[in-house]
Amino acid sequence: MDLQIAESEKFFRDEVRTFLAENLTDDIRRAGKLVTSVFSPVEEAMAWQKILHKQGWAAPHWPEAFGGTGWSVSQRAIFAEELVRAETPPLVPMGLLMCGPCLIGYGTEQQKAEYLPKILSGEHFWCQGYSEPGSGSDLASLKTFAEKDGDDYIINGTKIWTTYAHHANRMFALVRTKKDGKPQQGITFLLLDMKSAGITVEPIVGLDEVPEQCQVWFDNVRVPQANRVGQENDGWTVAKYLLMFERGGQAYAPGLNVLLEKIRVMAGKQQGTHGTLKDDPVWQYKMAALEADILALEFTEMRIKSALSSGKDPGALASMTKILGTELLQKATELRIETLGAQALIWQPQALVPGAEQPPLGPEYAMTGMPHYLNSRACSIYGGSNEVQRGIIAKAVLGL
Amino acid sequence: MNFQMNDEQQMLADSARSFVRANSNVEKHRQNKQLVELDSATWQQFAELGWLAVPFEEKHGGLGLGVTETMVLLESLGEGLIMVPYIATVVMGGGFLRHAHELVQDEKIPALIEGKLQLAFAAEEYERVFSLENIAMAGEVQDNGIVLNGSKACVLNGDHADLLVVLVRTDGAVGDRHGLSLVLVEANAEGIERLPHRTVDGRQGAEVRFSNVRVPHEALIGELNLAADIAEGVLQEALLAISAECVGCLSVLLEQTVEYSKTRQQFGVPIGKFQTLQHRMTDMFIAMEQTRSLLLAATLKTTAGHKDAPRAVHAMKAQLGRAGRKIVQEAIQIHGGMGMTDEMAVGHYAKRVTAADGMFGNADRHLMAMAAAVS
Repeated sequence: MDLQIAESEKFFRDEVRTFLAENLTDDIRRAGKLVTSVFSPVEEAMAWQKILHKQGWAAPHWPEAFGGTGWSVSQRAIFAEELVRAETPPLVPMGLLMCGPCLIGYGTEQQKAEYLPKILSGEHFWCQGYSEPGSGSDLASLKTFAEKDGDDYIINGTKIWTTYAHHANRMFALVRTKKDGKPQQGITFLLLDMKSAGITVEPIVGLDEVPEQCQVWFDNVRVPQANRVGQENDGWTVAKYLLMFERGGQAYAPGLNVLLEKIRVMAGKQQGTHGTLKDDPVWQYKMAALEADILALEFTEMRIKSALSSGKDPGALASMTKILGTELLQKATELRIETLGAQALIWQPQALVPGAEQPPLGPEYAMTGMPHYLNSRACSIYGGSNEVQRGIIAKAVLGL
Repeated sequence: MNFQMNDEQQMLADSARSFVRANSNVEKHRQNKQLVELDSATWQQFAELGWLAVPFEEKHGGLGLGVTETMVLLESLGEGLIMVPYIATVVMGGGFLRHAHELVQDEKIPALIEGKLQLAFAAEEYERVFSLENIAMAGEVQDNGIVLNGSKACVLNGDHADLLVVLVRTDGAVGDRHGLSLVLVEANAEGIERLPHRTVDGRQGAEVRFSNVRVPHEALIGELNLAADIAEGVLQEALLAISAECVGCLSVLLEQTVEYSKTRQQFGVPIGKFQTLQHRMTDMFIAMEQTRSLLLAATLKTTAGHKDAPRAVHAMKAQLGRAGRKIVQEAIQIHGGMGMTDEMAVGHYAKRVTAADGMFGNADRHLMAMAAAVS
């Protein structure tokens, strides 16, 4: 065991940094700095994806045959870290991180050929149709029904918390195809065209006043059976694979370290009667506690990566990093609003829209604090709530 | 000892409750996504109900009541999330007016009570941790008056105010209690520029810029350079009022969360049947009751002029910050995705409580003030 960094990795990091320095446009950088959610402003995120795609770097974790990079686990981690450090807007994950891997794992050859290139290019913008008003933590109870009719399914029902459905032109969805038996065994995974007749999308305004989520209604929507991924009534297997990916596929520590550094800089600008807030022992204690937790998480995440590199399944540990990553993000955004004091109360969401003409009131670094704090409350709710994750660990790891 | 309300307090509580039942502002919070005018109809109603008269002497048309009555009123307003600038104008503005020159009191207090005057306290400054000693904006003392230059940040109700009470440094260095002065100035005076903004809790404020604003010596509230004690006294009343309002908000957050957990079904049962959620909601309840107790302690000690009243006020504001975080975060989490929406009331209550921690020093600052006062 050691922490030696191979020469080849140093060289790789330099290559990534050079690429970022040469290719990030001002608009994309600016959008990256204004992000107050895990979801970026759409236009800039897609522009950035196009640039990465041209370089062949839009989906480093995909197999090379489908447009991945063939990088090692370490190289992928370095790449992700450099993107975070450069404050690039995160790519919209539903296609690249969710639907894509699912199709690679379970799609037919035809589905792979049809969809994967369009995910990479951004031509298809995907949304995820999982949760329903009555089915959140208890996802398997979902009721949106798909009835067979000739070569099609006819779908009726509704989905909720569908991020960016109002921007999407495709949806991957879980639908019920069998009403009796165990609920998990009557679910099917389908791919939908959002332009299909009978689909209605209504954005939901969040606490930060941004319509990030949507509710989607299906009124006799026809979907060809050829758009099914995996077997009929076996969609739960595909969904579980995807949820694993959603939970374990990302590293939180690099982004958290960047956020801590920003908070340190802010604290250094807040004058007190004896030096700045950064010199204040209570503030220092809180910062140090966060830093210690994040260092621990960084190595927990590396242990998981190391298991992945040697072909082991990290299993329920992915639930642990979801809990830690999201709750530490929430604590960090909390320390940020505390650092900003009353400046965090000034509410100017209009200044966060890329290209806004009116300059913000107060220090520019202050305006993302409160929206990000509020938005990040969702992190312990989505992707399988942290209560669900704790249940998974209790059952699968502790055997309770 | 007697924690029962007297007749007058009970009447105030009853009229506030019935007003709130008819006028909850949750829908208004949903609708207001731009800067709006002051809700003058509601403000006039407040005047007619006599609520603007609560803390003033009878010779000015006031009711001659104190912080206990303000607490009773504001707790109800918090339950309805009523967003009129009562604290900025009546508690803080009125609190300062009571220390102004007699002539100023005779003119301004009756106008305030009639609902014709809005005030704001301009204290916070950008990139300065809030405390009285840390005020840096300068007021230059000249023979014929005081000249103000600089800017004040996040002045609550600063956009609608007719009069500003400005806390400035006229002597000494940052860190000194000596050298602070309070100046009363017309908000439209020459050299004042106001940049209005919304605040996260659905209210409004302004950045206020001063460029060679000249005010006469008569505009001082209290003595030149010796305003720290007055400012501290009024701030304590403001903190009591903010906390009372937020206790009202916390009780609604708890009640709505418990209600939601009884109706929201997952895995075939109401989620409130899960023991982990029961324990967490119990902790929310305990945190709220502890906040209520400290509010009572701080309010009654202040009314009695108890020597450790300021200490109890610090304890209360710290408790509000810490309990508020916990209750807000749990209320949203237990509401799940619904808790994240603009549609549900819970988010609007959550924003008010979150904002309160950022006003006039957060929980950490107030605990440190308690710690510092020991030595």
